[in-house]
Amino acid sequence: MAEAKLLSGNDACVQGALAAGVRFFAGYPITPSTEIANAFARELPGRGGIFMQMEDEIASMGAIIGASCTGTKAVTATSGPGFSLMQENIGYAAVAEIPCVIINVMRYGPSTGLPTSPSQGDFMQTRWGPHGDHPVIVIAPYTAREAYRETGRAVNLSERYRVPVIVLMDEILGHLRERVEFRDEDLVQEINRKGPDPDSTFLPYEYTEDGVPPFANFGTGYRYHITGLIHDETGFPTNNPVEVDRIMRRVNEKIELHRRDIARTQFVEVDDADILVVAFGSVARSAHEAVRTLRQEGKAVGMVRPVTVWPFPDEDIRKAAAGKKAVIVPEMNLGQMVREVERVVAGTVPVHALNRIDGLLITPQEMRDLIEDIQ
Amino acid sequence: MGELHEKYLRMNKMPHIWCAGCGNGIIMGAFITAIDRLGYDKDEVAAVSGIGCSGRITGYLDFNTIHTTHGRALAFATGIKLTKPRLKVFVFMGDGDAVAIGGNHLIHACRRNLDMTAVIFNNHIYGMTGGQFSPTTFKNKSATTAPYGTTDPDFDIAQLCIGAGATYVARGTSYHARLLTDLIVKGAEHPGFSVIEVITHCPVNFGRRNNFESPAQMLLWQKEHGVAARKAKAMPLEDMEGKFTIGELYRSTEIPEYLEEYGRVIQAANEEKQP
Ligand SMILES: Cc1ncc(C[n+]2csc(CCOP(=O)(O)OP(=O)(O)O)c2C)c(N)n1
Ligand code: SF4
Ligand SMILES: [Mg+2]
Repeated sequence: MAEAKLLSGNDACVQGALAAGVRFFAGYPITPSTEIANAFARELPGRGGIFMQMEDEIASMGAIIGASCTGTKAVTATSGPGFSLMQENIGYAAVAEIPCVIINVMRYGPSTGLPTSPSQGDFMQTRWGPHGDHPVIVIAPYTAREAYRETGRAVNLSERYRVPVIVLMDEILGHLRERVEFRDEDLVQEINRKGPDPDSTFLPYEYTEDGVPPFANFGTGYRYHITGLIHDETGFPTNNPVEVDRIMRRVNEKIELHRRDIARTQFVEVDDADILVVAFGSVARSAHEAVRTLRQEGKAVGMVRPVTVWPFPDEDIRKAAAGKKAVIVPEMNLGQMVREVERVVAGTVPVHALNRIDGLLITPQEMRDLIEDIQ
Repeated sequence: MGELHEKYLRMNKMPHIWCAGCGNGIIMGAFITAIDRLGYDKDEVAAVSGIGCSGRITGYLDFNTIHTTHGRALAFATGIKLTKPRLKVFVFMGDGDAVAIGGNHLIHACRRNLDMTAVIFNNHIYGMTGGQFSPTTFKNKSATTAPYGTTDPDFDIAQLCIGAGATYVARGTSYHARLLTDLIVKGAEHPGFSVIEVITHCPVNFGRRNNFESPAQMLLWQKEHGVAARKAKAMPLEDMEGKFTIGELYRSTEIPEYLEEYGRVIQAANEEKQP
């Protein structure tokens, strides 16, 4: 491949989605995600796709679920206020197991907040936004190059596991334009959902070995029912406690079952480090820089960066943190991912939160200062 | 009817959950009769519904069916129709579903004119949640959330849809079942967004609280208050007081269907791609 382009994170998401076969976008404009809608509006009609500007984010989320029912790979993009509005239908996609991708370019909240400032305040909302226990995958790129590849991967994971996948960006990453050199490993392959086996009777929510039922696209001769009511394997509502328990365990556990395929974590100079930084998204760019300069000065500092942030990479963090003097978790919020890190290390290593909520990115210098304090 | 039931309903899902005497079953009967008349292949029909007693209809219809979220059926349906235009898309909603929580989606669906058919079950009440007033409950009615009588003015769904740009709007009732079938057939054949408002009855959560002694009495009320649109035109306005028009109320073929228009976008995009 080795092709260089100047791309913003938002543009890269669009390119990655298109490469993975996305042919439907529905959205409602909101800073700092709007460029994603603009780019899809330009790109889709010439590729046999459809771009829809809906009346709000609730409708956008509904429309992409509808599009996915016909077998069309579908995406929406939004930011804080719109992401809040999408939650009910995201829960629907999770329980009805409809593949779809939501790009959330985080801005400062709550409410209208600081519309043009970055934040990582939606970390927990991406996991627990909809009511009820539900599965979800959340992926947080940190460069434009990765935004391309990971959005493509998000589309593929949603197809393979029949689950909504959220691409968690932020204002900095969305708007930052950088030179991206695509290499072979960035190539996005197209993965399609598994269809019904023509030789056996179709059960829309069948219990299969991989925990993922086959999906029959609307209009392909399988007439069945989809509902957000808890359903049995035939797809029809049930409130039989045994069946309810069984299906909801499968729906939630399928993610854990495939954790190895879903997980992606980056390790930077972890092995011999005394101090470990755990960071994601654009904050990890600062963390990476802090690690680089401290290493040049001979300081034993490393970084772990969850790329797949949900399911949270428990094992990766536990192993990386083992025996370290301290773990630092910098976030542009009042401390959300740090709770996960604390849960995982469970008191074996001191955990320090470094939080900034003034609408600005945490700088490498701030991390260096904290690290030097600890040392 | 028995034959049509066997052909178009999921008989293993019977009996349905609707109360005895509810109008919903009549509407379902009128709908499958319409489908039979239209001659649509069952595999080529998508039925989309919201949440409410009315929304449960999709569980019984033997098509590609999806029971969505409260108020959002039209949004889901829009995604289905746009990505598989070959499918005949029908959207079933209650009055609360369509004009309270889903009101925004309804007016925008009317404005866009995408070729789908919406059937709105207007029983003037929130049936499923137990009789709270809706945007179509008349003034001075009793509801669980209006123990002293309703004060809110009500919406005229059909007029709302005409105003918002729907290109086929009709009103039927569960009493005039044959007319309802005709209206659904015409709505489905119309190339654009069609709305069929159905005045129906909820004996349990509306009737009992508002001096209707039986479902039959509610049907009689529909018969006495529904005036054929053509006849209504010739009537003095005061004679229409408290009554409503039924039949085809509006039709336009001047506004292009949404996907037809979208074809221009595709063409422009393709022309730009040419070197
Ligand atoms: C977001 C949301 N709010 C509220 C409800 C509760 N709810 C379920 S059905 C319903 C109203 C049903 O009334 P209508 O749409 O008129 O349908 P009907 O039952 O009368 O057919 C409400 C408020 C819900 N399911 N979802
Ligand atoms: S509550 Fe009313 S609308 Fe619902 S099934 Fe019973 S009679 Fe019908
Ligand atoms: Mg109602």
